[in-house]
Amino acid sequence: MKWIGSALIAAALLLPPFVAGDFYINLASQILIAAIFALSLNLLVGFGGMTSLGHASYLGVAAYLSALLTSRYGFGHGTAALISILGTIVMAALFGLIALRATGLGFLMITLALSQVLWGLAYRMSDVTNGDNGITGLTRPSPFGISLDSAASFYWFALAVTAFAFAMMAIFVSSSFGSSLKGVRDQPRRMAALGFNPWMIRWITFIYAGFWGGIAGLLYVYYNKYIHPTSLSTTSSAEALLGVIAGGSGTLGGPAVGAALVLLLKNYASAYVERWNMLLGLVFLFIVLVMPTGIVPGVQKLTARFKGRSS
Amino acid sequence: MQFWIIQGLNSLSLGGLLFLLSSGFSLIFGLMRLANLTHGAFFMLGTYFGAVALRGYSGLNIWVTALGAGIAVAALGGLFERLVLTRLKTNPLGQVLVTLGMSFIISDACLVLWGGDSIPVPTPQNLQAPTRLFGFVFPTYRLVLVGVAVIAAIALYVLMDRTRLGAMIRAGVDDRQMARAVGIPVSRLFTIVFCLGAGIAGAAGVLGGPILSAYPGLDADMLPLALIVVILGGIGSLFGAFIGSFIIGFIYTFGTTLFPELAYVILFLPMIVVIAFRPQGLFGRAGA
Repeated sequence: MKWIGSALIAAALLLPPFVAGDFYINLASQILIAAIFALSLNLLVGFGGMTSLGHASYLGVAAYLSALLTSRYGFGHGTAALISILGTIVMAALFGLIALRATGLGFLMITLALSQVLWGLAYRMSDVTNGDNGITGLTRPSPFGISLDSAASFYWFALAVTAFAFAMMAIFVSSSFGSSLKGVRDQPRRMAALGFNPWMIRWITFIYAGFWGGIAGLLYVYYNKYIHPTSLSTTSSAEALLGVIAGGSGTLGGPAVGAALVLLLKNYASAYVERWNMLLGLVFLFIVLVMPTGIVPGVQKLTARFKGRSS
Repeated sequence: MQFWIIQGLNSLSLGGLLFLLSSGFSLIFGLMRLANLTHGAFFMLGTYFGAVALRGYSGLNIWVTALGAGIAVAALGGLFERLVLTRLKTNPLGQVLVTLGMSFIISDACLVLWGGDSIPVPTPQNLQAPTRLFGFVFPTYRLVLVGVAVIAAIALYVLMDRTRLGAMIRAGVDDRQMARAVGIPVSRLFTIVFCLGAGIAGAAGVLGGPILSAYPGLDADMLPLALIVVILGGIGSLFGAFIGSFIIGFIYTFGTTLFPELAYVILFLPMIVVIAFRPQGLFGRAGA
């Protein structure tokens, strides 16, 4: 049964460039980027039990660094990407040192506060970030000399990165380190008594999640060729968190599904109504009140019940 | 010298405003263990309320308007608490997420209702004339704001430490289960405290209006300030919120004038230092 599902997903992911027009291929690329971002946040929220409301920091900072390095300081895309990711990792390590002094709601408030600083900086340090106008006129890289300017070629690039990211995060979660992470989430005291260092486990996860958030940020800025402070806003963090929770935090694929749904909703809703933030708020209320465990676990529960009846 | 005194007074008035903003947040967090992310939006609602009322009826008194906004926002907060938050008693994370969702809804509704331009809130006429203090000229309204914050702090202290309601709330903060067991209606206290916290935020929004003016994004600007103050002062501690407000008031004011580029970073330094050495905040209790 399981391999049929996997084959279907693989087919659905490989199909868009062959059958769809540019609009839908681009939409699919955006979904992939949002999926990496939500999966990285899920490492914290779902597997680590650390609900962060500041994950946009990593996406935004990697994107801003890459944008500034390539457009203003004349770096090539390869070097710029390397420096951006290194910068994001250092920032995640520092933010982790601060935020992990607290757990639970304190952690959430500190991550929110830290990400708001960056958002404020992006707006106010306008000689560097160009403030509210954002940074325009960016280019996409051409890895191995292949241009990514067409919708289809960018989709293949994003798909390859997503597949790699998904595999890496799946290995991370199912490794022994992943098990100790889940142990720290559920029983931090017992884990400490067993000789694990809960703080270190959380911190490493925090940095790893920041790293993949940064990768999502690079794809984001390559795709849009533009970066604006809103990518660092609470709304951006909240969209990802909504994707994680709607899809089912703590499941491997759920957040990707959730992120896809949030993105589709945003695209289709913004075609008809201007009020995306209000809709986002309403969806938040709906999901939390009606489907607190998320869509993917909900469906899994349904299929399990169905299977139980047929056998 | 003049610079230091004037900026010092500016810091005091910002501190007063910050206390009015964050005391409600601290109160709600202390009792309900709920990080109410709608707090910035409640404040912004108050500011718009003040802008509309004070511009529409020129004879209106700002104190009456603040009271009205406080009651209106408290009622809205009470509805939200009764209809939504009580359903999520067992799900603290869910509670935070719905307050976040609610803040998006409110801030977007404000954008629909009042548009994207900032609306200045008039300073009360009898407080427009500057005050001379030690030979320095200073806006009277800002001085009055410090006084209001001190009065609010004393009133909250009396409410929490000298009344029966306050004693019940403190009992609920210390041990919710035991408070229930001895017959304190903790669930009703939650609603009262949420209304009170939201109401203070709404009233603070009106009073902050003449300094900040009403604009979209005000909520997103104010919420982190409330978070910083409360994290710095100690989560759930009113005294901590009071001291934290003035610390942040000074740091922010001097930061923006001395290092305008870095003001936003400087704002977070005290929080970071305090968290590093005292994770529970300056006046927070360990394990709270």
